[in-house]
Amino acid sequence: MLRRALERFNVSDLSLYVVGAPIIALIVVGSFATLRAGHYTTRQWFDFIIFGLAQGSIYALIALGYTLVYGILRMINFAHSEVFMSGAYAGFFVASALSRSKFLDSNPVVGLLVIFAVAILTSVGVAVLLERIAYRPLRRAPRLVPLITAIGASFFLQYTVRGLFGSQFKTYPTVAILGGTWTLGANFVIQRIQVLVIVAAALLMFGLYSFVQRTKTGKAMRAVSEDKDVAALMGIDVDAIIVRTFVLGAALAGAAGVLYSLMFRQAQFFMGFIPGIKAFTAAVLGGIGNVPGAMLGGVFLGLFESVGPTLFLDGLKVPAPYQLKDVIAFTMLVLVLVFRPTGILGERLARAKA
Amino acid sequence: MRKHTFSLLGLMVMASLILTACGGAATTAPPPPPTEAPAATAAPAATAAPAATEAPAAFKCTDAIGCVDVAPGDPIHIAWIETVSGATAPLGTDNNRGVEIAIADKGGELLGHKIELTGEDSLCNAEGGQAAGTKISADPTVVAIVGTTCSSEARAAMPLISKAGMVMISPSNTNPDLTNPDHPDHWPGYLRTAHNDLFQGRVAAEFAYNKLGLKTAATIHDGSPYAKSLQQVFADVFKQLGGTITTQEAVNVGDTDMKPVLTKIATGKPQIIYFPIFEPEGDFIAAQKCEVSGLEKTVMMGADGLTIDTFPEAAGECANGMYLSGPFVAGKPYDDFVAKYKAAYGEAPVSGFHAHAYDATNIIFAAIEKVAVVDADGTVHIGRQALRDAMYATKGFEGLTGKLTCDKNGDCATGEALAIFQLTDAEIKDGKWPPNVFWKPGQP
Repeated sequence: MLRRALERFNVSDLSLYVVGAPIIALIVVGSFATLRAGHYTTRQWFDFIIFGLAQGSIYALIALGYTLVYGILRMINFAHSEVFMSGAYAGFFVASALSRSKFLDSNPVVGLLVIFAVAILTSVGVAVLLERIAYRPLRRAPRLVPLITAIGASFFLQYTVRGLFGSQFKTYPTVAILGGTWTLGANFVIQRIQVLVIVAAALLMFGLYSFVQRTKTGKAMRAVSEDKDVAALMGIDVDAIIVRTFVLGAALAGAAGVLYSLMFRQAQFFMGFIPGIKAFTAAVLGGIGNVPGAMLGGVFLGLFESVGPTLFLDGLKVPAPYQLKDVIAFTMLVLVLVFRPTGILGERLARAKA
Repeated sequence: MRKHTFSLLGLMVMASLILTACGGAATTAPPPPPTEAPAATAAPAATAAPAATEAPAAFKCTDAIGCVDVAPGDPIHIAWIETVSGATAPLGTDNNRGVEIAIADKGGELLGHKIELTGEDSLCNAEGGQAAGTKISADPTVVAIVGTTCSSEARAAMPLISKAGMVMISPSNTNPDLTNPDHPDHWPGYLRTAHNDLFQGRVAAEFAYNKLGLKTAATIHDGSPYAKSLQQVFADVFKQLGGTITTQEAVNVGDTDMKPVLTKIATGKPQIIYFPIFEPEGDFIAAQKCEVSGLEKTVMMGADGLTIDTFPEAAGECANGMYLSGPFVAGKPYDDFVAKYKAAYGEAPVSGFHAHAYDATNIIFAAIEKVAVVDADGTVHIGRQALRDAMYATKGFEGLTGKLTCDKNGDCATGEALAIFQLTDAEIKDGKWPPNVFWKPGQP
């Protein structure tokens, strides 16, 4: 037992543990100090968690798109953040039209469904074109080539939208039924929009998971992910399955775009960049290529960003801790990867690819 | 080793983020010793200017940092460094229109030469300021520069412009450090017509404490030199007056979810939140304040970075009653200027510093006319140090923003052109702009 441990030991592991241990110590000390000081009420902790869950659900929805494509093509689709942005933009045009005609106030549910449908269709359209024009011709190229293409496609889409609609922020209309709060007892008040975001994201993720696990297409996707050539020999149309994977990821990104814009009320050509980077981080955190991992990674990342600065740093008397929220998110990523190099749920994939 | 690729990548990202977060501190570190600049400052101005006036027929440049020679038929080259793309674009575009109107008022000519205007987009960040400053300072025909829009750009562009011997005058930089001679990164050849934030922050704090009668305040900045120093001045003055600062928080540029930081602020129960930042982060704070429990009665206040016509709609209903401090110019000459603006661009001024830009441009023209040596054939020689000195010596200059007098550090603002506005339904729902003046410094 000891001998095996010694054999596996190496210098890079040690250096990473040396980085990891003090960070954990700092987190524990900081959290303890914050909780002991008791500046925050139960209500406020509950709020922090809900804010984190809502933000995390959106990260998770986008992260699924990265992870699905990575699972099948072993490439990181950096243009995915623009698929998200185009959904939000299409949603904006429908939402502002419906809002001006007062339809959104008289039939809010139908109106919202129309907004989601158009956004999802636009995102899917963009993703399918992307796959057909930018990625498929490079299917047999070295792995770096589609990666660079993805970055190029990302810029192309961003600046196309900027050229067409300008660099100004578009303000989403407010939807009356999504304003206001629900009270679940004295300490638990929750914004309706956050309920919508969390519930919608959970339903979509459950739907996707069932699709991948239960349907024939899902089975074919898993087969292609394990080995494209063998899957083709078994009579699976690999190209068709890849397109369907892009469609699934894009549909979730389109829905995430609308949810994000309903929550923050803005759309802009550059809006996909930061959520895209965060979602990619979430996918890596959960174990890239793994569907439940992306969901878990997204929710964790959202929670770290929302709860982390207060919980870890307030007790240490760090001034203005929210400026460090990205540092906390990436520190968590490093910590997880130090101890689990393949991400939280990435074990199975790593063994399969080793 | 391969399994660690992502963790090493993550470490690198983390390290870079920490460096960015500490960037504020890093910019105040002493710069590498300026090698050429001291010579420029040490040069006695008195010797340069007279030498220029008693020039013989064949002009010989005696200026300490060189001359610009404009041959007959060549234009006099003025450059701009402004933010004309991205979320802060209205500020820079508005500045440029002020410059263009000033040139048009001169008939497009100075000393018999056409005025050529070129410029670079500086993106409202240090990187953009660096790039634009490098490009402009490499062009020896540039006489003077109007810029920059954001204080962070000036920080990066100022050393480059200064080393090239040029002079830059900003219509909208308000960061106090830029004209502070004791700052370790101070450079000669920089002036501004915008108010110094030592003034704006003081006015905001006095307004909140004396006029509104509020005793507790929280502030938020975004890490930019502008916001960081402005909220610090506000906090210092507010404490001096007898108020309490519950907390001073910060967000990152690019953040969208402000509810956690607002929840943290809510634990201190401040009566006012002062966030002198830019769009879109300011929009998110103003919109999300109403979604955080404990802040129902808290007043919000922003500064000139948010005094832009796109802000009320983006912030929405929650910003009703919010206060903004910003440039305010009135009077007959200004009304005439606005009429020209509307005729030329088909819309009312989109931001607040067009009049400051107009004045800045005219200060440049007046100084050029004062120091230029014109040969018999029409060639114009402009001594660079003489031009700087003439601009620093501006006194009682009649501008749109009042009577401008520059001090030796480059501050030319009058202090008259500032007011506090309040947002109402008219701005938020009907798109009215600018909002009504609520209070002016000096009023009860």
